[in-house]
Amino acid sequence: MVQQATESEFTLDTAAELAAAERGGAPIVGRSPWFLAWRRLRRNKISLAFFVLFIVILVACLLAPVYAHHVAHTGQNTNHILDTVKVNGKTTPVTSNGGYLNKQGKPCQTTDTDCKLVAVLPIAPTWFNAGGKFVLGADANGRDIAVRMLYGGLVSLRVGIISSAICVFFAVLLALLAGYFGGWIDFIITRFFDLFYAFPVVLLGIALGAALAIKGISWGPIHLASGDVWIPTLVISYVLIPYVGRPLRGQVLSLREKEFIEAAIAQGASPLRIMFSELLPNIMSSVLVFFTLIIANNIVLEAALSFLGAGVQPPTPSWGTLISDGQTLIVTRPWLSLAPGIAIVLTVLSLNVFGDGLRDALDPRAKVRVEH
Amino acid sequence: MAAFLIRRGIGAILVCIAVTFIVFLIFIVVPGGGATGTAQRIAGKNATPDLIKSVEHRWGFDRPIYVQYWRLMHRMFTNNLVSYTSQQKVLTQIWQGMPATFSLTIGAGIIWLFFGILVGVISAITAGRLSDRVITVLALIGISMPVFWLGIIARYYLAEGGVTTFFPDGEYVGITSNPLAWFSHLFLPWIVLAVLFIGFYGRVLRGNILDAINEDYVRTAKAKGLSPRRIMVKHVLRTSLIPIVTLFGLDFAGVLGGGAILTETVFDLHGVGQYAAQSINNFDLPPIMGVTMYGAFFIVCFSVVVDLFYAYLDPRIRPT
Repeated sequence: MVQQATESEFTLDTAAELAAAERGGAPIVGRSPWFLAWRRLRRNKISLAFFVLFIVILVACLLAPVYAHHVAHTGQNTNHILDTVKVNGKTTPVTSNGGYLNKQGKPCQTTDTDCKLVAVLPIAPTWFNAGGKFVLGADANGRDIAVRMLYGGLVSLRVGIISSAICVFFAVLLALLAGYFGGWIDFIITRFFDLFYAFPVVLLGIALGAALAIKGISWGPIHLASGDVWIPTLVISYVLIPYVGRPLRGQVLSLREKEFIEAAIAQGASPLRIMFSELLPNIMSSVLVFFTLIIANNIVLEAALSFLGAGVQPPTPSWGTLISDGQTLIVTRPWLSLAPGIAIVLTVLSLNVFGDGLRDALDPRAKVRVEH
Repeated sequence: MAAFLIRRGIGAILVCIAVTFIVFLIFIVVPGGGATGTAQRIAGKNATPDLIKSVEHRWGFDRPIYVQYWRLMHRMFTNNLVSYTSQQKVLTQIWQGMPATFSLTIGAGIIWLFFGILVGVISAITAGRLSDRVITVLALIGISMPVFWLGIIARYYLAEGGVTTFFPDGEYVGITSNPLAWFSHLFLPWIVLAVLFIGFYGRVLRGNILDAINEDYVRTAKAKGLSPRRIMVKHVLRTSLIPIVTLFGLDFAGVLGGGAILTETVFDLHGVGQYAAQSINNFDLPPIMGVTMYGAFFIVCFSVVVDLFYAYLDPRIRPT
């Protein structure tokens, strides 16, 4: 038994000491909510596995230049229309004349009923029979699809992550302003959010993307060329701000009525201090979850905009433009659009599962719900 | 009820006015580029200098900003918004795309609402068991799939011209000309469009049901000795479905107002969304402008109808 503390010295620390003594002398270490969340997350093996999958995809895409130079010996936009490649020791042209082909991609026979004219037929996936060249085949311009997949992934992930960061940043800022100040500031910000709910996300993205893709942006000194990847990034980050901002504002609004905010105001803390060191840490867990889930959402949105021509502009590869490019050869060379689609599904799935796990770990109430 | 209707109607009109400002901002103000630059964007990719000059003058891009706004809105509302690439009136084209878009959305809406509820209920009832896990995984995969990619793959593997020929390949057939062909042409697009929503609704409903099961009134119902089925249908599902109905109203309006653009494009349905999508490739802005604005109007009006419907169903909403 530890010596009894005098009443005047009795603080939370001495209480912890007393409790520790009762448990056999082991000191009780303070556990921050973040540590507790991390401990919960660590137990969720499925979530962590999917997070690892996401990291693997990210690293693979980051290694795109290495793969391009040392394995495939080509660049992301290098054409090989007239080149040949040795597949299993047999010299094969990268692209050949298509002519009339049946559904299996073989030359049309008299017995075939449904033949289509294909102008250029690129090489099929060589898998690993050509020393790492054209692993997933080539496109109609003779470009190595595996290389473009990795570079495209880099673009897609970059657009997804940066746009998500920008979106969450502004959403948090607006939510803090609206929730803290209330009154007419809140009125204007919530009306702004409501107004954008009237537009379907894809349509708003297309409207902005198309309007900006034609001639780029030129506002005074800021000039973005029409093919700049920053245009889809900004468009995508902008469209989703209301969808993150509105729920966060609700949280700030309820936090604002709590005693600790009252205490901070009584201490004379400035609005800035209250917003950023009192309110922000309390919504940080939701912000993190939103950030993860919005990356997933934005990758799909980028792909959708690029697919329609209002996102990343050719020849820059992205998973969306690759699917769009591959669409014309879907019957003869399905891997051109299958591969980038699978990449999107895996990336988005990994982020969604990890985001769910993160939410369960950060918000124990949600955990209760899932375990039920 | 009348007061509610009037208040909600005035609110909707104000939102519609704000929508026109947003459309003006998006297409005219935000891209910048001065009078000639703006005229070039509106006139399209292959515009001649003469056309650009005339667009600049007639749309008032060399005049103050309120003149520009007024002229744009005047064009929009008098059906004088014309695509300079195809020389067709935008409103007329949108009108022609409506049957395909409506057929697609209504069919898909029925499918996704039905299966979304079914999936959510099954998954909640069997929470933690194998079927729940399988459903959860499938729902997550469904949510993670880009709808246009799913459409391309479905078309390649299941429609004519691809690997198998279970379904006819794309295109829209009017319901009045051939109901059977209408159905078979739309079947794949319906499923593809519905998949994402089924996964999403299933997950939301599962969470709602599991929340509702812990409520006191459910315990009371159990204590009264009601059968589990009756508790689920009459007590749990009733409250759990309210957010789903709200979501459905919003999503349905969103898809009708142009949100089905990807599905329509992939399956070549010639709907309103595809009209906008085709215009992107020609860098033809007026159609996109029109679809964006009328789509938003539609969503605003539809949300009023949904609110009225609610007010009718739930008297508590009326005073607010």
